[in-house]
Amino acid sequence: MTQSMTGARMVVQALKDQGVEVVFGYPGGAVLPIYDEIFQQNDIRHILVRHEQGAIHMAEGYARSTGKVGVALVTSGPGATNAVTGLVDALMDSIPIVVLTGQVPTFAIGTDAFQEADTVGITRPCTKMNWLVKDTAKLSETIHLAFHVARSGRPGPVLIDIPKDVQFADADYVPREKIKPSHYQPKVKGDIEQITRLVEMIETAERPVFYTGGGVINSGPAASQLLRELAEATGFPVTSTLMGLGAYPASGKNWLGMLGMHGLYEANLAMHGCDLMINIGARFDDRITGRIKDFSPNSRKAHIDIDASSINKVVRVDVPILGDVGHVLEDLLRIWKSRGRKVNKAGLATWWKQINEWRAVKCLTYNPSTSIIKPQYALERLEALTKGMDRYITTEVGQHQMWAAQFLGFEGPNRWMTSGGLGTMGYGLPASIGVQIAHPDALVINVAGEASWLMNMQEMGTAMQFRAPVKQFILNNERLGMVRQWQELLHGERYSQSWSESLPDFVKLAEAFGCKGIKVSDPKDLDDAIMEMIRYDGPVIFDCLVEKHENCFPMIPSGKPHNEMLLGDADTKNAIGARGAVLV
Amino acid sequence: MSPLNIKSGSSSHSAYDLRDPNAEVIESHTLAVIVANEAGVLARVIGLFSGRGYNIDSLTVAEVDHTGHLSRITIVTRGTPQVIAQIKALLARMVPVHDVHDLTEEGPSVQRELALFKVAGKGEHRIEALRLAEIFRAHVVDSTLESFVFEMTGTPEKIDSFAELMRPLGLREIARTGVAALSRGL
Repeated sequence: MTQSMTGARMVVQALKDQGVEVVFGYPGGAVLPIYDEIFQQNDIRHILVRHEQGAIHMAEGYARSTGKVGVALVTSGPGATNAVTGLVDALMDSIPIVVLTGQVPTFAIGTDAFQEADTVGITRPCTKMNWLVKDTAKLSETIHLAFHVARSGRPGPVLIDIPKDVQFADADYVPREKIKPSHYQPKVKGDIEQITRLVEMIETAERPVFYTGGGVINSGPAASQLLRELAEATGFPVTSTLMGLGAYPASGKNWLGMLGMHGLYEANLAMHGCDLMINIGARFDDRITGRIKDFSPNSRKAHIDIDASSINKVVRVDVPILGDVGHVLEDLLRIWKSRGRKVNKAGLATWWKQINEWRAVKCLTYNPSTSIIKPQYALERLEALTKGMDRYITTEVGQHQMWAAQFLGFEGPNRWMTSGGLGTMGYGLPASIGVQIAHPDALVINVAGEASWLMNMQEMGTAMQFRAPVKQFILNNERLGMVRQWQELLHGERYSQSWSESLPDFVKLAEAFGCKGIKVSDPKDLDDAIMEMIRYDGPVIFDCLVEKHENCFPMIPSGKPHNEMLLGDADTKNAIGARGAVLV
Repeated sequence: MSPLNIKSGSSSHSAYDLRDPNAEVIESHTLAVIVANEAGVLARVIGLFSGRGYNIDSLTVAEVDHTGHLSRITIVTRGTPQVIAQIKALLARMVPVHDVHDLTEEGPSVQRELALFKVAGKGEHRIEALRLAEIFRAHVVDSTLESFVFEMTGTPEKIDSFAELMRPLGLREIARTGVAALSRGL
């Protein structure tokens, strides 16, 4: 039975049909009819943000920690343009979100009306797909299609722009199960011939490595489970990108740690020295490969990816497998088992001996201090005191983010939310709120730098209003630490604009928001302070004053291959040549 | 296919790609992209090229299936084999794109373009222009005492050479449609 209703009611009905429980948003003139409908129901919870960028990052945090599609609702013009950074962030990190924007009435489009912006034009390169719906009769179908597109294939952000008159007009609602199937059905099963070729390589490889990425997490918990089974059964070492942390447990015996620019020595040297690289849901990002010409020069490479355009984009691979990680790993395991579970035992033993020598370098060693809190020490203590808890971590962007990736251990997928591709400062605080809304009883910590954190600190108001007890763990070095580090290494120690002056008193700021502020500067007080933060029932701003000039190591300088890592300050003299300096 | 710098035998249907993967040779490819005829689709396709720094040498678009709401975009582009493969993959993953055909790689194809030429002149020049138009099988679609408009269809190369010949004879303006292309046979 079809049901006639207004476009605004249709929006709320379609969201319910899609199983949406939470919408992050901010009202405005062009979405008032939808807000009126939200007012008149109780199934969908609305989280009122303080800035539209916050709404998108919250939806991202929600999506990444649950595996569901995140939803945000904002108004036309500035509401939509404020959402743009979040959309690109979600696009780069393949996060499924649906963003609904209000638009001026159809008859006013193109007249430079109040709060008019060409939202679909502006967001076209920032979304996987977007739509301007000019006819209420097409609205419900478009919303259902949007959810399908956001979650299918390589996930990503989609946007629906809804003019105000379309929200007021009546039309028949098309339920989710009644819409005609979309032609957009990305292939999930991998080619069996290619998978068999990879199995043959697995059987003989002497120095194999699994190089895993966010694709394993996006594929769902079953993919992480299959990865674990495969790694345990073959005995191959596993490393991961920043995006993929948690897919294989940090406590697993085959775990090498994160790879890449600030990755672990053993992980990067394993990548450089391997004879078989099995890329599972990663994309040979420039933070991973370093100098392409010298990237893992002696290996055969296989690449499992759901996005054909990721395969052979940067690095030419020998075995391309187009498909969903979960589906491909299932076939891979089945075929490998049916052929007798063969691996090159002798080769692997030698390989592990080599890897253990690299591990013995203990690349994360830093100079400890009894008078100043080292940022690495702060994270070691945070890890020790929260290990085993139902814990989710988000981060901002910079040194603290890399230290968090190095020093915190993730045992499962969907526990680690960080802006990888776009590197969005200001991501962590709103993302932590999105995570907390999805997991009200969990311990949600945003590991932050003070500079990043200030970029979206208004969202503390959201955390207070909706009783999201997020812990803001700020490693305060009064610097833009990563910028400062690069200026030290690349720009003759000329620290142009990279310090944080006129910082707020974070404890007073916390009090102003009505939450708890904790300040700590003595390493002796750190454990008690962290415990106080964990035990406090409500949001906490934790101001941890740390060493101001600490550099993040290991580091592969720009333009260098994996085997030319810097392990500490002593290595940094003339480390980066003029050609490397032009790279980001 | 010699002008396209592709070794014979190399095609997407072949088990082996015979081209050097790291070759820096620039190839010209004609792509037929079947898309949903919806607002913004063309902008999305063009945005891919401008956003990632790829070339468009020629572009035509029109609805080809009214009931199915499908349009055909014909794009002539240039790049290394790796770039061409990337372009095709990026087009194919777009939600409103139904199909991507590389007419250059999939076998022989016919490529045609329509052009209009406005040529002004008197006396000998005028007669010479008419005579050449006849050789090129161009039609006169408009004439005044001092000008002609010629209409011609052909390959882009044929249109280029006709334009070259008309230039000294008083060529004022050219309008070209861009390439439309279909594969040969079934």
